Amino acid sequence: MPSYLFWLFSTLMLIGGTTVIAFRNPVSSALSVVTCFVGLAGLFIGLSAFFVGVIQILVYTGAVMVLFLFIIMLLDLKDEEKRSKSLLPVAAGLGLFIAFVVQLFGILSRSPDVKAPALDAQTLASAATGFPAKSKIAITLNEGKLPDVHLIGHTLFTQYNLPLQILGVLLLVATVGVVVLSKKQAD
Amino acid sequence: MASLNDYLLVSGLLFAIGLAGVVLRRNIIIVFMCLELMLSAANLTLVAFSRFHPAPNGLPDYNGQMLVFFVITVAAAEVAVGLAIIVALYRARQTIHTDELTSLKG
Repeated sequence: MPSYLFWLFSTLMLIGGTTVIAFRNPVSSALSVVTCFVGLAGLFIGLSAFFVGVIQILVYTGAVMVLFLFIIMLLDLKDEEKRSKSLLPVAAGLGLFIAFVVQLFGILSRSPDVKAPALDAQTLASAATGFPAKSKIAITLNEGKLPDVHLIGHTLFTQYNLPLQILGVLLLVATVGVVVLSKKQAD
Repeated sequence: MASLNDYLLVSGLLFAIGLAGVVLRRNIIIVFMCLELMLSAANLTLVAFSRFHPAPNGLPDYNGQMLVFFVITVAAAEVAVGLAIIVALYRARQTIHTDELTSLKG
């Protein structure tokens, strides 16, 4: 990804993240999270993780944030603007932020910097030898493109099959749990 | 071309913003959104490492992206359960401000 696109998307992401905690209105905060996640999806796509970028948009901004907006609408929170700001939590949050950022710079200044390895046609064609010659993955790799979704599907259903099944059970448990929790208690 | 440390710096900043938000906001829904920001920052780190430290065959290391996939799914389940708990809390107390939830305070 060209450098200016990286900085564009990361600035979008960080501005979105900052305005989440700066806005007093919860709806504005939720829309800032959407902005932040759009920038993040841009960074994912720039890292050639196309599938992750797409599900970041679909799952996070499409499903999760809409759920947040529904709940905000349902609870009708109007009293936040009237509250007086207390200084102690703000000071604690800023102090934590500064301490974390100082540590981050300390670690990054000492860790070795790595350039992105090239994903050119030659690398892709040599990687294609590891797959059956007539498979979709090998054909796309020989064309000089990265078959991101096919590779993720291949990994998911060969190496990570059992975790995938367990994840299905987890989603079922979450669904049943939400129904039980939001059922009106008879008393 | 942006290098690995650029990506780590940006994701670390996003994590720090989320952490600060969890501490300084009193509205429990905003706190929950900031938790999502922190999870996403970890996802960015995982994808960056998967791109910059490729697997032996030269492709990006898809084990890292598998972890991102699982994190996103678990986060979606967590959001559903968490928001149901918030709605139940609001029904019981008519507030979602952490300052006013003092039942356990001695």
